[in-house]
Amino acid sequence: MSTELPNIKLKDVVDKPTYFAGGHRLCAGCAAGSMARQVTMAFNKPTMIFNATGCLEVASTIYPFSAWKVPWLHVAFENASAVASGVEGAIKAMTRKGIYKDGKTDIVVFGGDGGTYDIGIQALSGALERGHDLLYILYDNGAYMNTGIQRSGGTPYGASTTTSPAGSVIPGKTQFRKPITEIIIAHRIKFVATASPAYPEDLIAKVRAGLDVDGPAFLHVESSCNRGQRFDPAKSIEYVRLATETCLHPLYSVIEGEYKLSRPSERIAKDPSKKLPLEEYLKLEGRWRHFFKPTRRDDLINIFQTEVDKRWEELLEKTGY
Amino acid sequence: MARIAVTGDDAVALAAKAVNPDVVAAYPITPQTIIVERFADFVADGEVDTEFITVESEHSAMSACVGASSAGARVFTSSASAGLMLMYEIIFIAASSRTPIVMAIANRAISGPINIHGEMTDQMLFRDSGWISLFSEDNQEAHDQTIMAFKIGEHPDVLLPVAIGLDGFILSHAIEGIEAVSREEALKFIGGERTAELKLDTKDPISIGLLHLQDYYMEARAQIRDAQERSRQIIVEVFNEWEKLTGRKYKPVESYMMDDAEYAFITMGSSAGNARTTVDELRAKGEKVGLIKIRVYRPFFGDEITKLCTNLKGIITIERAHSFGGPGGIFSTDIKSALFNTGLSPNVAEYTIGLGGRDTLIKDYHNMYYRAKDAFNEGKNLPIYWWGLRE
Repeated sequence: MSTELPNIKLKDVVDKPTYFAGGHRLCAGCAAGSMARQVTMAFNKPTMIFNATGCLEVASTIYPFSAWKVPWLHVAFENASAVASGVEGAIKAMTRKGIYKDGKTDIVVFGGDGGTYDIGIQALSGALERGHDLLYILYDNGAYMNTGIQRSGGTPYGASTTTSPAGSVIPGKTQFRKPITEIIIAHRIKFVATASPAYPEDLIAKVRAGLDVDGPAFLHVESSCNRGQRFDPAKSIEYVRLATETCLHPLYSVIEGEYKLSRPSERIAKDPSKKLPLEEYLKLEGRWRHFFKPTRRDDLINIFQTEVDKRWEELLEKTGY
Repeated sequence: MARIAVTGDDAVALAAKAVNPDVVAAYPITPQTIIVERFADFVADGEVDTEFITVESEHSAMSACVGASSAGARVFTSSASAGLMLMYEIIFIAASSRTPIVMAIANRAISGPINIHGEMTDQMLFRDSGWISLFSEDNQEAHDQTIMAFKIGEHPDVLLPVAIGLDGFILSHAIEGIEAVSREEALKFIGGERTAELKLDTKDPISIGLLHLQDYYMEARAQIRDAQERSRQIIVEVFNEWEKLTGRKYKPVESYMMDDAEYAFITMGSSAGNARTTVDELRAKGEKVGLIKIRVYRPFFGDEITKLCTNLKGIITIERAHSFGGPGGIFSTDIKSALFNTGLSPNVAEYTIGLGGRDTLIKDYHNMYYRAKDAFNEGKNLPIYWWGLRE
């Protein structure tokens, strides 16, 4: 397959019928809703969605309502990859027997950071190892937001959550975010990429490319939650964009093992002066308020910045910069 | 039908081969492993068209089964003990998703301490899940019931998953002669392919597994309750049709030498074989004793059991299972409850036997009988007693 992403223009897809209807009950300013809508813009053939338990699942399907206009199935929290494996197998077998007649069917799995980094990683790893033809989309808002903002393996360093609160002794989460994308890349599947709803054309192109891969594909989407991250809901897209501009969430793809920076991060690679200090991102959010008040904690900011720089440098090396 | 000598696990695997399911998702665990291995052979040799998903855990096995069944596929799996317990969360969801998965369980003791041998507590634990739950006395029953389970579960009035128990090692690893049902016969019996009215369908999309809050949850659960109730009749119908096909008679509750009995053993699974032999030997000595075998544990056929108790002086329940801190044995508590509703009050002696695969011999059944009869003659009940335990 080509290691190039398809060239998708927003104007070409924005007027297509949407498969994710309005009227769902995600919070105002929730980036997961924007992400879900953008993902469905990449659909071009029969498609099914499998959703791990989480905000997107709960808020889009409160009985007797559903926001989904494609077949959609939720079973539990930790097993969306296994559920999708079963469906992929069922479609294969029933196609062989002539029972299933819809032809090639795309399979999309949605999991949040808790459902992916933590409780769902075993089922995900198993599905990738077995090679099921599906696209797993991690929408990562950095905590168990649905249950009330508990820390996950995806929670960034220092963030104050309800289970890693910033106290008078311990300043929020003491670990860095688990390098989930690198862990997935180590499975040597054909398509792994990161994306952000702040860059819709890039996200949609990556969804399409991931679905067109024969075998498993993985997309790590930076999302945001104004309730858990504590910022102005009007700024959710601006906010996820900053995650990329500070290189906390660089955009890249690994297609057939070939690392490639996507345009927003490539710009920074070519002109490092465009890389914003991490502080620009941290200072907007309540979850890092203790980094700045009552006293400014340069020590904590530096620890976090150093780790972000290190991971960015490693990525630059892998992408040939 | 060909007569062959096979282990219980092989008997189940041959039944699955006859059915040729669309999807089998399974994980190995002793003593169920042979089922998975044998099915892998059938896949490798092209003898089935099944998509065989070798998942990374039992939790994922049941999850993949729920997914596949939601897509309209005919689905089979197997498990036991600790693996089954890892599935538990999804076992309940399989029932509420109304996915007619068939699962064979090579019943095994629960950790801890770890033990790989026979015990039925593993399957009895999910009595509250909504699954239809059957137990097998021998390998032929394990084979037959695996095939019948598809017809029961997939019936539009039922749409529930079905579990088939076979005692770990005692059946799973013991060779017995069975008559194996051919694919032609099996598919003629259950239907060539599953017809699911509601499923994941890209032409008619539906959402499955929605959040039901206080306003709808009870109604959703009541549908499982109602399906369990409707299944009673369907189970009997399927058993009757099976008898027409094979000549082998199945009933939810079976009796042996009960017409003039004053006392009865009540048991499930392979223990019924020992009890039957004991009845023969005691009858030869003039004892008026019979056997009631519970084949279908859920739904519980209490009326059928109590009808058999009408003229009894005492019943002796024998269970290879135990509930700590409970009011007695597991199914014996169900039986006592059913008896209470009828006003019948035979004396009751409750025994727990053979946990973790400990042998219980025919002479033990004799001794359990006489111990119970002595108490009954004094008008006493015997509370739950662990037979063979070194105190």
